[in-house]
Amino acid sequence: MSIASKILRPSVLPGFGPALGYTVFYLSIIVLLPLSAMFAKAAGLGWSSFWETISSPRVVAAYQLTFGASAIAASLNVTFGFVVAWTLVRYSFPGKKLVDAAIDLPFALPTAVSGIALTAVYSRNGWVGQFLEPAGFHVAYAPPGIVLALTFIGLPFVVRTLQPALQDLDFEVEEAAASLGATRLQTLLRVIMPALLPALLTGFALSFARAIGEYGSVVFISGNIPMKTEIVPLLIVTKLENYDYAGATALGASALMISFAILFLINVTQWVTARRHRRT
Amino acid sequence: MAISAHPHPHNPSGRVLRPAIQESALVRRLLIGVSVVFLVTFLFLPLAAIFAEAIKGGSKAWIIGLADPAAWSAIKLTLAVALIAVPLNLVFGLAASWAIGKFDFIGRNLLLTLIDLPFAVSPVISGLVYVLLYGAHGWFGPWLQSENIQIIFAVPGIVLATIFVTFPFVAREVIPLMQEQGTEEEEAAITLGAHGWQTFWRVTLPNVKWALLYGVILCNARAMGEFGAVSVVSGHIRGKTNTMPLHIEILYNEYNFAAAFAVASVLALLALVTLAAKAAVERYSLSAPATAPAEPILIVSNLTEEPAR
Repeated sequence: MSIASKILRPSVLPGFGPALGYTVFYLSIIVLLPLSAMFAKAAGLGWSSFWETISSPRVVAAYQLTFGASAIAASLNVTFGFVVAWTLVRYSFPGKKLVDAAIDLPFALPTAVSGIALTAVYSRNGWVGQFLEPAGFHVAYAPPGIVLALTFIGLPFVVRTLQPALQDLDFEVEEAAASLGATRLQTLLRVIMPALLPALLTGFALSFARAIGEYGSVVFISGNIPMKTEIVPLLIVTKLENYDYAGATALGASALMISFAILFLINVTQWVTARRHRRT
Repeated sequence: MAISAHPHPHNPSGRVLRPAIQESALVRRLLIGVSVVFLVTFLFLPLAAIFAEAIKGGSKAWIIGLADPAAWSAIKLTLAVALIAVPLNLVFGLAASWAIGKFDFIGRNLLLTLIDLPFAVSPVISGLVYVLLYGAHGWFGPWLQSENIQIIFAVPGIVLATIFVTFPFVAREVIPLMQEQGTEEEEAAITLGAHGWQTFWRVTLPNVKWALLYGVILCNARAMGEFGAVSVVSGHIRGKTNTMPLHIEILYNEYNFAAAFAVASVLALLALVTLAAKAAVERYSLSAPATAPAEPILIVSNLTEEPAR
């Protein structure tokens, strides 16, 4: 009884068995079994052939591009996302509600639609592209286009992480800083920013994690030139289309392990922050 | 007194802030300007471009793009896939939130983390794992072939990949709410003689209806719009295994931009309806405070944190 009550705290409510059983069953067939199949296949390749695949020049180039573009996009999102979140939380201006609702657009818009829309705006004949191309700045079918698409899809992660954190800031602390003679900029850098740091880091990580796996919005604008504008998810698709299942598996397993590592870091950050909160 | 006498700073009427912690008018305008320019170039221009491109060739070209049999079958397949995937994930979300939200057991946090897993997986990999399981070279490939069952490059694969990418949406909205609401109302109902199902339908479900609806809206939007995962498993057979996003890709690669943007404009409208519905649910649920939806969509929630009981 005492062991059983440690595993499951007794309750008068019915249905625990069937509910948990169905949850575990559905989770297993939809998520766990397919993911294990990939890791098992990857393990079956053997270390040398796994390493050979993920260290080939084309894969390394794809990883460099994916990580580089994702890091730039996440940095852009943290910078501008902070300004957007700040104006949405602290100021009032006409159309604010509309702007606030529109932040979620990249979540709601199918990625393929985002992809062709961004290409239409930033290619040579597009509304913006027609001014950038003559100036020698190529966005579509070049790395800046990839950064653009990744910024687009990552923006809501940063803004939606920062908004609640900004709302939770204690105004008394800012007032105290001001009354002690701090300028507004000093207060921002020394009081507000340190308090927002966990949210900024989480926003960056979420945006980055989403970006390294992104496919639909990128493939239309990137041009997909091997060694130049080929991202990792596209390379996985290319390998599959060439019936290179081993290569696709190795690449997929390596990319997934990186995603899980980032997920783990985010959770650790949140856990540490929550603990610090509880202590003070 | 000092603070409570003033409207709270994140009140919409931010003007009443005291000057000491308020930026100058110039800085304020500059920041608002930067926000608006950034959002216009990154969000609003692309959205407007979809509709501009869609109606460029006139309403006739728009209708031709949509009335094409291949487009029509893509629309039907997209609706059918969502009609299967969303209810399945809805039932799962309710089962999971009943077990996790109303009971205290060892391994609960692990289960929460596992449910969130699909959000951390790239869409392409979400499709790949099913190819490795059910494809010709997959674990079950030979057996499926001998039984003459096709999953990959066929509709079942599309459904499976869609279920995978939309897996956590309902569960993650409802679980935190059920945890927060506790078990007192249900215990009272059971003590008064209600059956388990009666309690669930009459007590639990009405309490979580807004969060449930919120999850279903997000789940449906993603189910209809998914591209990467579906692209890997579909085989792109025109008129058979093309969903709307895949049909857009084919048209676009054939330089049939008018038709591509005609189909895209329908999906963009769906996205706008989704945003409006989401905003409406947020407002309604705020007017009934007990049922406010949890965190807005983030790929990693605070689910691994124990909620305050």
